[in-house]
Amino acid sequence: MEDKKLKIGKYEFTSRLLVGTGKYPSMESMADALEASGTEVVTVAVRRIKINETTSLLDYIDTKKYVILPNTAGCYSADEAIRVARLAREVGMSDMVKLEVLADERTLLPDPIETLKATQTLVKEGFTVLVYTSDDPIIARKLEDAGATCVMPAGSPIGSGQGVLNKNNMRIILESAKVPIIIDAGVGTASDVTVAMELGCEGVLLNSGIALAKDPVRMAKAMKLACESGRLAYLSGRIPRKLYAKASSPEKDF
Amino acid sequence: MKITLNGETKACTDGTTIEGLLDLFKIDKNRTAVELNLQIVPKKEFSNRVLKDADVLEVVTFVGGG
Repeated sequence: MEDKKLKIGKYEFTSRLLVGTGKYPSMESMADALEASGTEVVTVAVRRIKINETTSLLDYIDTKKYVILPNTAGCYSADEAIRVARLAREVGMSDMVKLEVLADERTLLPDPIETLKATQTLVKEGFTVLVYTSDDPIIARKLEDAGATCVMPAGSPIGSGQGVLNKNNMRIILESAKVPIIIDAGVGTASDVTVAMELGCEGVLLNSGIALAKDPVRMAKAMKLACESGRLAYLSGRIPRKLYAKASSPEKDF
Repeated sequence: MKITLNGETKACTDGTTIEGLLDLFKIDKNRTAVELNLQIVPKKEFSNRVLKDADVLEVVTFVGGG
């Protein structure tokens, strides 16, 4: 069954799942989980290199197969995030950035004002900006207006595993968006991915939901199927919700 | 001379370039970005940028993240 590709700027993907590379029990399980998820985009963080460290994350990621999406995780101001984004691009593997400017450590919620400032600067500098934001429709629209390639509202707080908490806000965001909307953060299990895709999101980005599951590889497969399932259901057009029953079998001629 | 590499003081010989320093510490330049005194240095300049005493370098790479 044909579906259009997920377009993010100049990039095109068949898979609609974007998967993080943090917190797996081992590098091997990460590599196997990425494979099982069917993803084509993997997020990474930017950190100081450890002198004398012999293994690298990049030993376990085939950069011919996966597009690298560096994040600005751990940044609490526009300036910090811009610095990290520039460094990430300088590594020379990708001009994409998952822009994340957080407000505080307790909630890990995004700082909307600093996020908008950083978006404006990075768009001017030619980055493909995938911006992490809250589920606020107005901020989502302002980020789109600022030139973000893709807007990524949190379903629920990072790592909380609560799924999409405010479907109504998500519907409002989706109604007016002209750029892809990808749910980023809060996915706990497969049905959370399906819900996001059924709402009409273009994709889902997740990490902890797979990496911290008891069996990350199996969960990665579950997320893949959930994503495909939700997408198919969305494209198929669900029946309306009704208050009263309606029989499927003929009611006469018996 | 002494430089600061990722927060640690390191000794290196006069005339060491960024490329020389990365080689010295067996750092793969294809997987890193370098900031010298808070300014990003493009990879093509690694071989001719000579370090000075008290330079501060940040060398970053990709690690697991979401």
